[in-house]
Amino acid sequence: MSASFSNKEPFSSWGRIDRRLYPVARPRFAADLAKAIAAPDRPASVLPVGLGRSYGDSCLNAEGGLIVMTGLNRLIEIDEQGMVMRAQAGLSLGEALRVLTPKGLFLPVLPGSQFVTLGGAVANDVHGKNHLKNGTFGRWVRRIGLQRSHGPALSLAPDDPSGLFAATMGGFGLTGAISWVEIGLAPIGSAFLDAEDIPFSSLDEYFQLMAESETFEQRVAWIDCTRPGRGVFTRANVRHDGNFQIGPARPALSAPLDGASFLFNGVTLRAFNFAYAAAHRASVRPVHYSKFYFPLDAVGDWNRLYGARGFRQYQCVVPEGAARDAVHEMLYLIARSGEGSMLAVLKAFGPKPSPGLMSFATEGHTLALDFPNHGERTLRLMARLDEIVLEAGGRIYAGKDGRAPARTFQRMYPRWRELERMRDPAIRSDFWSRVSAT
Amino acid sequence: MTRPIARRVIILGAQSAIAEAAARRFAAEGSRFVLVGRDLARLNEIAADLRVRGAAACEVEALDLVEARDPRGRMRAWVDTLGGISLVLIAFGVLGDQEEAERDLHALDRLLAVNFNAPAVWAATAAEIMMAQGGGTVMAIGSVAGDRGRQSNYAYGAAKAGIGVFMQGLAHRLAPSGARAVLVKPGFVDTPMTAGFAKGGPLWASPDQIGAAIWRAADKGGPIVYAPWFWRFIMLIIRAVPAFVIHRSKL
Repeated sequence: MSASFSNKEPFSSWGRIDRRLYPVARPRFAADLAKAIAAPDRPASVLPVGLGRSYGDSCLNAEGGLIVMTGLNRLIEIDEQGMVMRAQAGLSLGEALRVLTPKGLFLPVLPGSQFVTLGGAVANDVHGKNHLKNGTFGRWVRRIGLQRSHGPALSLAPDDPSGLFAATMGGFGLTGAISWVEIGLAPIGSAFLDAEDIPFSSLDEYFQLMAESETFEQRVAWIDCTRPGRGVFTRANVRHDGNFQIGPARPALSAPLDGASFLFNGVTLRAFNFAYAAAHRASVRPVHYSKFYFPLDAVGDWNRLYGARGFRQYQCVVPEGAARDAVHEMLYLIARSGEGSMLAVLKAFGPKPSPGLMSFATEGHTLALDFPNHGERTLRLMARLDEIVLEAGGRIYAGKDGRAPARTFQRMYPRWRELERMRDPAIRSDFWSRVSAT
Repeated sequence: MTRPIARRVIILGAQSAIAEAAARRFAAEGSRFVLVGRDLARLNEIAADLRVRGAAACEVEALDLVEARDPRGRMRAWVDTLGGISLVLIAFGVLGDQEEAERDLHALDRLLAVNFNAPAVWAATAAEIMMAQGGGTVMAIGSVAGDRGRQSNYAYGAAKAGIGVFMQGLAHRLAPSGARAVLVKPGFVDTPMTAGFAKGGPLWASPDQIGAAIWRAADKGGPIVYAPWFWRFIMLIIRAVPAFVIHRSKL
């Protein structure tokens, strides 16, 4: 039953711009996955998806069906001595942490949400606030299971000579369904971090703080887009107090209704101003991992607050040398447009190479912010940001994007044809159709 | 919060999404398991996960629970494997196809056998052992569909109603011994069994919500536990609706 495609389930990406009904298969066991992807009666194309936290169209397939992987959420093995975990790809990072934390172990790289599957983390080669120390998620992956539409289940390691491992890291799920993931773990002394907030009033101060905070594993800045240059720099290290309290499985609050973006912006800005003021009184505060890594997860479905038209996210990276000018130019452009969210996130990527053919993270600084969807107006602004990024020799985070034209994308990711060659012919996404057009 | 209790748990129909969600909660408390279901590979996937989540032991056995011979002997053997028993969870079942059961009497027979005869027999074997040891809980999964016969699924509903009365009677018989019998009655649950239904909205529960209800019912409550609890009141109303109203509906 779970290997076959049901009729019409609603699905959308996190940005909620394109909402529609899909034929959906929900495999619960490894054998179901093999059947779903190779079934003779499956839709003309399929796309394996996780928890739908990608913002754009990389988890959408308007011309076919979806294989929702979240039923394959079992742990397979944890080697506590060897610090390795193997689990089915539909397991969420948050659920993994709830099992790992009491053992004094942790995932070495975490994105901004716990509601991301292991498979999704591999497919986007995600990064965190500790890229300078640990690089991307994919650097810690020891082995993956890959189920393609033809042939046997594969087990791939980083030294895989076919190139399929590298194509699958940050490969947007296009090379096959990632069935399980084996990843190295990091030891922790606590579920809490010591975090320090430092206010700054210019980009120069941000770059200085980033450079002089070498002893801090976690480094991130929040920028006030209404007054570019002003922000709060947060740096943190894991505590060693032996308190291994686990995080919540579900959000504490739920978005009350669609389209309260005024409320959202009001609340985030007030929270920011509060943090900004508090930061002046400075001090180190203990903060639980769930609050530190996943601040937005506290409100379930916060994406609904952007209303019926949804929103877009823009994230780019620009190389170190060009970063100062490019970030400055982007922030002023956004502030003048009045289109952006009130807050942007700015952080640094270190020199550790990403393992994927199409991985986003490259050395430099990365800026991320939301845009409520105002149609053409929003697209024009994002196209101008693309020009600044290209000029600076940077690239956008394709897994978050849902609109860059093929020409732009192909200039940023010149190796895209190698992924196209290794794509599973049964797999298609709206994203890949858009960016691989010639 | 009280200290977790490591239990000895037998799950019949361990491949059910609801049973697996419940098992994860018992595993986190260090419980020992015997998992019985039809497909060995699938049982092994579930067992590996339960071990990582904290299960002290997890045996699996592939068996057709409807056709199996010597249920008394088998139940005894599983209990011996665990060195005692705290909970037997009977979770297998099929929704079936009402129209097929109307056309084909073999399909009707099969639907009743899977959802009533077999669960009743297994519950009886577990009850004997629990009565003798003076404790333990035998639990079956019913359905709100068993609360009122409706044209869309009364064959399934009748079997679930039957197992409900059986567990209620068993609870009465067990009461003096200290052992318990419980029927958990889920409402709409988002599982593979209900694939193809339009889902979403406040009436649909996740397997994990039902798993939590099972976990709570292992210690107290019953003999009839609605999951989530509000279904007790919904079904109170549905049962009170006069027949002439129901007969005009497509329910």
